[in-house]
Amino acid sequence: MRRLFASRLAGLAVLAVILIILPLVAPNTFYLDILILCGFNAIAAVGLNLLIGFAGQISLGHAGFFGLGAYGSAILTSTYGWPALGAMLISAAAVGALALVIARPILKLKGHYLAMATLGVGIIISIVLETEVWLTGGPDGFILAEDFSVLGFVLAGEESWYWVVAGLLLFTIWAAQNIVDSPLGRALRAVHGAEVGAAVAGVDTARVKALIFVVSAVIASLVGSLFAHYAGFITPEKAGFFKSIELVTMVVFGGMASTFGAVLGAVTLTALPQALTIFEDFEHMIIGAILMGTMIFMPRGLAPTLNSLLIKRRGE
Amino acid sequence: MTRPEPILSVHNLSIHFGGLKAISELDFTIQAGAIHAIIGPNGAGKTTLFNLVTGVYAPTSGSVSFNGVPVTGKKPHELAALGMSRTFQNLQIFFNMSALDNVMVGRHLHLNRALIPALLRFPALARKDREARAHCRELMALVGCGAYLDAEASAMPYGALKRLEIARALAAKPKLLLLDEPAAGLNTTESREIDAVIQKVAEQGVTVVLVEHDMKMVMGISNHILVLDYGRKLTEGAPAEIAAHPEVIAAYLGAEAA
Repeated sequence: MRRLFASRLAGLAVLAVILIILPLVAPNTFYLDILILCGFNAIAAVGLNLLIGFAGQISLGHAGFFGLGAYGSAILTSTYGWPALGAMLISAAAVGALALVIARPILKLKGHYLAMATLGVGIIISIVLETEVWLTGGPDGFILAEDFSVLGFVLAGEESWYWVVAGLLLFTIWAAQNIVDSPLGRALRAVHGAEVGAAVAGVDTARVKALIFVVSAVIASLVGSLFAHYAGFITPEKAGFFKSIELVTMVVFGGMASTFGAVLGAVTLTALPQALTIFEDFEHMIIGAILMGTMIFMPRGLAPTLNSLLIKRRGE
Repeated sequence: MTRPEPILSVHNLSIHFGGLKAISELDFTIQAGAIHAIIGPNGAGKTTLFNLVTGVYAPTSGSVSFNGVPVTGKKPHELAALGMSRTFQNLQIFFNMSALDNVMVGRHLHLNRALIPALLRFPALARKDREARAHCRELMALVGCGAYLDAEASAMPYGALKRLEIARALAAKPKLLLLDEPAAGLNTTESREIDAVIQKVAEQGVTVVLVEHDMKMVMGISNHILVLDYGRKLTEGAPAEIAAHPEVIAAYLGAEAA
């Protein structure tokens, strides 16, 4: 069983089975909707985990990239009549370019300074989305005119979306694990472990940090685009500070440097507020409490903590 | 036999930290091949010199050439690509990784570092990774870390981590290997094992430069010794000359005996 967890493909297979069973037991589309939202967040969290968990760099502005992807797709398709796929890819490319431009100066910073700088980037993006009313609709939000369609195939309805998101989630996890277990991924983890040691071993630390920052930003943007088409309506709140904190909390709670941990964290933090709708006004407080509790009681996060408990029990 | 070309030459090198002249107008060359040692009392500037040579620090003035190429101001990873590898007095181990992955990072420059082949796990990349893994296991066995092939770095004792850093440095296939106190904190047996490893490495044609406090080790294995004191060159020469040099005895050996 431990071997099963250790093997990457086995983990994916287990998740695939779960993803196939879930819609069969979901009583109605309300639950399917929550599962889809879990999937979107899980994909973004797996991407952010490459940056935070593996490379050890913090970003408190990733919702900004999510928001740019969402609004980029929304505006290009609805206002300018672009095809959905093209709009999504152009938005992602633009976000990637933006991330690349700010990555070099930003990633020279460490710890609190890096957190502050990414926080600033995220806040600037959400302010622009909120104030450029002529383009974005401002705080009232933006309604998308059309469904997501590729080559005449229209993606509509919870069920179709579910399968697309499930497939993308599996692909993202597979790709993320591939990166982690490659020379590039080892370089990222080495930068996290001992930056000077990584540099003298031949790792261009500035390059790999910038690269993974761009990758995680592009993933956030792609998820944002898809989310905008799925929801059909977006607000600048989705790009805001609290959304960024939520993404970081998913990674930290689920388990830094654990890809399945990020998925677990995303699912927990997406589903929990739905289950506790009576606490709606306190959502941010609950997220804050989860973040604090994780740091105090299981600093490695949920998945690694459970894993070592399991191994310990088996060892006895 | 022709006289070997200098693999490393340092000219008029200085670095100042505020008012402190950690290294001052230093000149020396290291010939290719053989084992060289840099000794000197604590604070003589040995580790600072390593940091200057490997690009961790940028010098205040002066120049460094590696294999005849000027490399002053180059970044550590650029120097690594030219064939320079090192270990650290205070470990630079990746404690978030397995022991084997630590050594694999040393192999970084010989593997495909691009994003897309990694993301889609191209078969060629996976195959080279497997080959590298086998090679790195051999290197771990070579330095005496054979018992830790499947260990996490965070679970290893200090002595083994010292050797793991040597394996990581060797994985890069360096031309010049700089070892910063490889025997510090090791017991006599471990220290003798490291001795043997260093000699084995040198026999394979790698030029070794070591900073070391263990005088027995230095005198025993090095062919050439450079003595530093207060950031300046005191003298250099063969071990026997150094051991008999009155200034060296006064500055270092004498001070230690007193």
